[in-house]
Amino acid sequence: MRARRYRRVMVMLALLALWTPAPWMPARAQTLVADLSSHLIAITTGFTGTDVVLFGAIDQPGDVAVVIEGPETSQTVRRKDRIAGIWINNETLKFSHVPGFYGVASNKPLDALLPPAVAQRHEIGLDHVRMLPRADADAATVAEFRSALIRNKQREGLYGTEVGEVVFLGQRLFRTSISFPANVPIGLYTVSVYLIRDRDVVGAQTTPLAVSKIGFSADIFDFAQHDGLAYGVMGVLLAVGAGWLAGSVFRKG
Amino acid sequence: MQIYLPIAEMSVNVFWVLGLGAMVGFLSGLFGVGGGFLMTPLLIFIGVPPAVAVGTQANQLVGAGVSGVMYHWRKRNVDVKLGLVMQAGGIVGTVLGVMLFGMLQRLGHIDLVISLSYVIFLGGISGLMLMESVRALFRGRRKGATRGKLHHHTWLHGLPFKMRFPRSRLYISVLLPVGIGFIGGVLVAIMGIGGGFLLVPAMIYILGMPTTLVAGTSLLQIILTTGVAAVLQAATNHTVDILLALMLLVGGVLGAQLGSRASGYLKGEQARALLALTVLGVAVKLAVDLVLTPDDLYSITTTAGPK
Repeated sequence: MRARRYRRVMVMLALLALWTPAPWMPARAQTLVADLSSHLIAITTGFTGTDVVLFGAIDQPGDVAVVIEGPETSQTVRRKDRIAGIWINNETLKFSHVPGFYGVASNKPLDALLPPAVAQRHEIGLDHVRMLPRADADAATVAEFRSALIRNKQREGLYGTEVGEVVFLGQRLFRTSISFPANVPIGLYTVSVYLIRDRDVVGAQTTPLAVSKIGFSADIFDFAQHDGLAYGVMGVLLAVGAGWLAGSVFRKG
Repeated sequence: MQIYLPIAEMSVNVFWVLGLGAMVGFLSGLFGVGGGFLMTPLLIFIGVPPAVAVGTQANQLVGAGVSGVMYHWRKRNVDVKLGLVMQAGGIVGTVLGVMLFGMLQRLGHIDLVISLSYVIFLGGISGLMLMESVRALFRGRRKGATRGKLHHHTWLHGLPFKMRFPRSRLYISVLLPVGIGFIGGVLVAIMGIGGGFLLVPAMIYILGMPTTLVAGTSLLQIILTTGVAAVLQAATNHTVDILLALMLLVGGVLGAQLGSRASGYLKGEQARALLALTVLGVAVKLAVDLVLTPDDLYSITTTAGPK
């Protein structure tokens, strides 16, 4: 019991030490502290996806929303049309500044917490993820391709299909769990925690999270990216070796 | 047991992939074809990105080809001279094919072109082979094989640059094997297949090679074109997953050895009919997919930033 209380005090101290207020927030709003169970997701050879726990505390009662955004990418969305009996990619719309991963969690339904304008400003919720259409397409087309992009990302498991749950332990402490699938893109992620009171964001904190390939699989990836020619030659030599070995073994057998 | 593939960027079951390699390897050994026409669609089906499936497949076909050639070599069923002449065309075709692949990928039509080429090439050739072998099977059953002329003379035999291929007892224009090799090379790069299903019938029907030499010789040609394709895909498109290729190889070479042995128990016509049926099956499946309304009309491609 004593040890546990001691540990909790240590955790709180660690939280205070890590506490980094967002620079644009007014000083009075700095009432939120949060951190992740790990700041690095290591993709090793045995990687099948992982969970990261976010925990934190607020000093006065309020609600909490958490947004996880992956590194920015450009995405091309294509629509198939039936041409001469077969389905062929036809219309195309490009989006830039599309997060490669997106998840959101909160302790109450989002529309009960925030008006759309505020949610839009902080990109809280799938409807408000920022993605910039590159061509000057009309609004209806953009909306159609945008929802198709989100749907495809959800199918790949990279965008959350529903709002995750932030659980309060008492009035002050909260936690939530973020799941990352095996195909999670590598890069620098931001985890933003928003403190919400009276249908407005009154505090925020951003924590970085790195997703990186580590060990054997990272070595292979780096080799393939940096020296493709040598990598290709090595691959062919390995294949020849394996084929030769099998051919020789079976000759004796 | 799950393993993370560093280039395909996905987690797969090791035994699943080994089994897939063994199954396709068996068929490739049995028919003397690379088996890529089955493997590439299967890899895409389990979620490997099409570009990575094609690049990795080229790499794994090299290994499968080596062990296959060793088997046929010991049985003296390889026409080295003809194989090398075909490879001259094959390398040119591969280089052009890899460039074409990159271009189609940028335009967003690579998946369609892959599917369409499968349907056209696989469907057409398997249909022809099936007709031919069914006729041969019936003829054989009625009154033993009737031996026709050794080969028919057509305009193909009037082409210039004639060369002797003593092992195959042929005296033909080098343009024929070079041209066949060229088409094989393009197919390796675009479809991720060795092109055996095309090379084998072309060597039988167009070149008029003895059937016994066809499997070994086409595998010899496939080794070099797939080798060049694998290196080029790795160097330009970074789409070769060595880990995936090695797992497919381990399964594939074992399967191919068994398949090569089993091929001894099959008559030429039976083997061809079975191959034709398998190829036709893949073509029909792909054709149906092109015509049926897809679940989602929209698809996305990452064009910049981390994949």
